[in-house]
Amino acid sequence: MKKLRRTMMFVPGNNPGMIQNAGIYGADAVIFDLEDSVAVTEKDAARRLVYNALKTIKYPSEVAIRINHISTPFGYADLETVLAAKPDIIRLPKAESAEEMREIDAIITKAEEKYGFPPGSIKMMAAIETAKGLLNAAAIAAASPRMTAIAIGGEDFVADLKTARSRDGKELFVARSHILLAARAAGIDAIDTVFADVNDEEGFIAETMLIKEMGFDGKSVVNPRQIRIVHKLFTPSAAEIDHARRVLAAYQEALAKKSGVISLAGKMIDGPIVTRAERTLAYAEAVGAK
Amino acid sequence: MLNAAGRDIPESVRGFSSLKPYMGPFALVPEGRLAGAKIAVDKPRSEKVLASIDAAIDAVGLKDGMTISFHHHFRNGDYVLNMVVEAIAKKGIKGITLAPSSLNECNDPIIPYIEQGVITAIETSGARGKLGRLLTAGKLAKPVIIRSHGGRARAIESGELHIDVAFIGAPACDTYGNINGVDGRSACGSLGYAMPDAAYADKVVAITDNLLPYPLFPISIPQTQVDYVVAVDSIGDPKGIASGALRISRDPRELLLAEYAATVIEYSGLFKDGYSLQMGSGGASLAAARFIKEKMLAKKISGSFMLGGITAVNVEMLEEGLFKVMFDTQDFDLPSVQSLKRNPNQVEISASLYANPHNRGPMVNKLDVVILSATEVDVDFNVNVITDSNGVIMGASGGHSDAAAGAALAIVVAPLLRGRLPMVLDKVDTIVTPGETVDVIVTDRGVAVNPRRTDLLDNLKDSGLPVMPIEELKRIAYSLAGPPAPIAKTDEVVGIIQYRDGTVIDVVRKPR
Repeated sequence: MKKLRRTMMFVPGNNPGMIQNAGIYGADAVIFDLEDSVAVTEKDAARRLVYNALKTIKYPSEVAIRINHISTPFGYADLETVLAAKPDIIRLPKAESAEEMREIDAIITKAEEKYGFPPGSIKMMAAIETAKGLLNAAAIAAASPRMTAIAIGGEDFVADLKTARSRDGKELFVARSHILLAARAAGIDAIDTVFADVNDEEGFIAETMLIKEMGFDGKSVVNPRQIRIVHKLFTPSAAEIDHARRVLAAYQEALAKKSGVISLAGKMIDGPIVTRAERTLAYAEAVGAK
Repeated sequence: MLNAAGRDIPESVRGFSSLKPYMGPFALVPEGRLAGAKIAVDKPRSEKVLASIDAAIDAVGLKDGMTISFHHHFRNGDYVLNMVVEAIAKKGIKGITLAPSSLNECNDPIIPYIEQGVITAIETSGARGKLGRLLTAGKLAKPVIIRSHGGRARAIESGELHIDVAFIGAPACDTYGNINGVDGRSACGSLGYAMPDAAYADKVVAITDNLLPYPLFPISIPQTQVDYVVAVDSIGDPKGIASGALRISRDPRELLLAEYAATVIEYSGLFKDGYSLQMGSGGASLAAARFIKEKMLAKKISGSFMLGGITAVNVEMLEEGLFKVMFDTQDFDLPSVQSLKRNPNQVEISASLYANPHNRGPMVNKLDVVILSATEVDVDFNVNVITDSNGVIMGASGGHSDAAAGAALAIVVAPLLRGRLPMVLDKVDTIVTPGETVDVIVTDRGVAVNPRRTDLLDNLKDSGLPVMPIEELKRIAYSLAGPPAPIAKTDEVVGIIQYRDGTVIDVVRKPR
């Protein structure tokens, strides 16, 4: 089973205390942010800090860095500094075209050559935060073999739509669906947006259930307290695991008997059901569920 | 000479002709008999109520060189200690030994009286802020003696700490000296730490802002122990005495520590019906209650008793039937004070019943699990809760070493780093609780089990916790922050850290 990305936790790139402790909460990935959480006057200090953190601290999870967009005065400098520390993923915010991703790809390729990193070892992900980006999502997701995930940045996106976030998220439904389609077509992960009100646990649970049911691989989080909740919701239940085991057992039995039609408790089992059961068990094993 | 904890203890220091070095948590066999208060008499229809603290000082015959005591149940809202010391100073009395159950920042106003020689010795559980710095500077005629809550009860009962006059702040007191802590605007809940003082002091003065007609009920400290009663305008600031419900932390790192600690309990082998639990009032300890509660409900486990200092989360657990009874030495917030008044299953106990190692059995001896906090710990599992990273007194021994010694599982919780300082060290600055009584150290980057506890190491294998040797925790801390520079110290001993049995586990030397 490939790497889980149930939770990708944003950590401000200019906060030494948070950077120091970013690895202790069990997030599947941490994202050191050089973009929106860092003031313009702090940009250079933050990228040095993040570079030094990566060189000094051994993080148990994947490490991504959200750079400033390459159309700003900071994006190229961010890449130049942080690529030397070999992050796992470069995340481009406000992605709008496949060309941008390919330009970053080329910069990463050069850095990998320069520092002697294995070619292709640094991945990329894109965050869709505008209508234009959404309409190009499929091309963005497939822009480079480095592409490993595509995410939606909800706040900016709804602002671009000229509306606001609602509790049930109807304004994001089309965008979420579209991003999911783009991700699946390209064979990469789909990551949902952050839920900003860290004290609204109920709202957070509802949104996480929604995106899990839609098919997302994980969610961006802004507070370590959210990690436990997401992981719990993404863990298959004992009943789900049991059902998956029985499906596979029935399938194996049918294969052994060379029987064409397979059924379990009166329900027909076909290819997709078997695939889903296999996925459930692999996932359960990956998260250590029993 | 080196004591059993490996600390260099001088044979004598200024003011103390001989110091008995620590030999191990249960090595000392006590001898002799209990001390006792003077036999007293009171004729029918006599008057215990006096007009002022001044009159009480006269009535008890307080003189130069005597020892006076106070309780710290009013925490940072206490007015009593400062008022009494000021009155003593005005009378020109000098050379007093001050023996409160603890000191807080609110006691800073006594500093001038230390400098003037009114107070020349202090025996207590700890000190903070300016007072802590003053004690560390060696401004007393002899070093401060630091005792645990159980150790203080032992010292009083054995006569090692002889109290001439106990001044007891009384939230409710009748005209004949019956006292409780649950009524009145200065209600603080349990008066457990004042009980040994009341029982063993030569003279006892109740100071109240809630003088009531006879008889008061319920009674925590009875009329048989109280000589005089003084009414004053106010004995404390209610806001400093008991806060609203102590909130469960939202700090993600404290929550992580709490979840790890609760998971240690879950897999320890002790987590079953009838188990007993003590939790401190620190952030991670409070937060652990939430996770322990979840796990008890999920596994349908109900415990026997909770012990020690009480907060709102303990009250909730009692009310939800997760434990049968709660033995209460101290109440940290208003819900726990109110619950003591209301709930017969919350029982006020004395410091001696709680933790005195030299009686026929304190309650800590029956404790299964305790969660304690720490300022710093070391690779030998020793814990410091008294001095900071500059060697300055800034905390209190409290019930730390008592509960650790008594509990079948003592869990100590601390972040691996505070700011840029490692909290798992080669050697702690000052040992308060010896490593042989500490079973598990929980940090945010890993959990270390005392190698003596091979049973626990086995039990925690399936817990999913990041269990690692304590040396590995230290290595991670040092790799992130560098090894801390040693604190430069003089040879002057300014503090004696007693173990609960009265032996010396460590001394505080004055920093350079």
